[in-house]
Amino acid sequence: MTRRKDWIWGWLLIAPALVFIFLFTHYPAVMTIGESFWSTPRGGRPSRFVGLHNYERLIHDPTFWQVLGNNVLYAVVTIPASIVLAMVMAVLVNRPFRGRALARMAFFTPTILPLIAVANIWVFFYLPGFGLIDQILGLFGIGQTNLLGSTATALPAVMVVSVWKEAGFFMIFYLAALQAIPPQLVEAARIEGAGRWTIFRRITFPLLMPTTLFVSINAVINAFRLVDHIFILTGGGPDNASSLLLFYIYETSFRYWDTAYGATLTVVLLALLCLLAIGQFFLFDRKVHYR
Amino acid sequence: MSRLDTPLWITGAALLALLWVAPFLYAVWTAIHPSAYEAHFTLTAPLTWANFVTAWHAAPFARYFLNTFLLVTGITAAQFVLCTLAAYGFARFRFPGAGILFALVLLQLLVMPDILIVENYQTIRALNLVDTLGAVALPYVASGFGIFLIRQTFMTVPHELDDAARIEGAGPLKILWRVYVPLARPTYIAYGLVSVSYHWNNFLWPLIVTNSVTTRPVTVGLSVFATTDSGVEWSVINAATLMTSAPLLIAFLLFQRQFVQSFMRAGIK
Repeated sequence: MTRRKDWIWGWLLIAPALVFIFLFTHYPAVMTIGESFWSTPRGGRPSRFVGLHNYERLIHDPTFWQVLGNNVLYAVVTIPASIVLAMVMAVLVNRPFRGRALARMAFFTPTILPLIAVANIWVFFYLPGFGLIDQILGLFGIGQTNLLGSTATALPAVMVVSVWKEAGFFMIFYLAALQAIPPQLVEAARIEGAGRWTIFRRITFPLLMPTTLFVSINAVINAFRLVDHIFILTGGGPDNASSLLLFYIYETSFRYWDTAYGATLTVVLLALLCLLAIGQFFLFDRKVHYR
Repeated sequence: MSRLDTPLWITGAALLALLWVAPFLYAVWTAIHPSAYEAHFTLTAPLTWANFVTAWHAAPFARYFLNTFLLVTGITAAQFVLCTLAAYGFARFRFPGAGILFALVLLQLLVMPDILIVENYQTIRALNLVDTLGAVALPYVASGFGIFLIRQTFMTVPHELDDAARIEGAGPLKILWRVYVPLARPTYIAYGLVSVSYHWNNFLWPLIVTNSVTTRPVTVGLSVFATTDSGVEWSVINAATLMTSAPLLIAFLLFQRQFVQSFMRAGIK
């Protein structure tokens, strides 16, 4: 009797939330896969089953490969960069000194700003001729640059913005982890005559591993989920040089209204995210059990 | 620890910190000075609010703020209710399917509505909700992250408290309201702050489902304002940028400790 009551209560309690989660996460995820086998309905021509046609198109779409490459490069550069910087920041402000609160605030402020606002601030930096970067370079007699406007530098310029925004966010997790390390451990190592670098490498760094796992999973998801700044900084250009996968999905689906191809691209993004999450879990699993 | 390296340490920290706030401070500088001083740094430059005034009147920011405010409060309130109920169900009731359903909830941590824009747009269109505030909010009202976070807290509530309330004749909902919710207050504050800043900053989904002044949140409004090639001065754009971030920034400055602790609490699982 009580058991039956437990069942009913359990289901009733979770039902409202689950309805919404299914409707806006699981249902669209499954539908995306379905839609990728159909064509986009256009002007009176209804959608029809096309099998793997969208995937064939994907394989022969140079923009797709470029955008995918951009996104992988973006992740491979910005994630380690923000993680290393976050660690440095955390170690720096973990030690008491005057102005420590100010330093922490300085590192954390970009995290509070909307990504759109961050992009607006930076776009002015990059402005050819007029922006701050060109003003400073001008002092050294270096001529006008167009960092956001040339294919070679557009993506790196976007990466800088992303690292600026993310590092402070990750810092606080490292700060928490650093404060959880027993001081006796470090003390003991120091008595044994270990230098500061050795202590960091042999004690601190391994103990930060679980945090690194957590932070890096977050960072990977963000690297594929956040494209707001692209809209302001470069619009994906020039020639898709700074476009990322989700931005390309947006363009395909909402500028050219090719929803079937947009769905196909989304399937790739979903598969990629799942693979990365699983891969990371196994990669770090071995190293995390240091404790 | 040698005495010599302390100044070195502080210098390093100060330099990095300075480098880090520089872009932000620069935006502040241009926003509070006339545009003639955009790249001239003189301490005697006259201060002005004019850029903020110009920005405020150049676009319907009052309406954008109202939209964002409604969205953020609506989403957070709905999340609190739905996630609390679900978290309670998962934490304290045994029912068939609980394991797999919880795993499906956790899947949302990886597959977020943010990336399912193509299909979610079609759902919103089928519901005839395009260009409404509800459309912006709906995909987020139930959050796997929130359910997980609150459930973790509920699991730590001692069963004795639960039993005591039950002996006094309280039903499950009364127990939830009287025992669990008050004990989870720090979690609610943490989750609330994270959720508010997430939805204040959200851009892509609102951009897709809104297309009029009465529904656009500030982030979308700002991007529309900043990208119109109408020759708006940079100092004005920077003023608008700061204005849209101001409520969060001020809240952050006032409650710095709670903010950082909340982000940490919400992050450490």
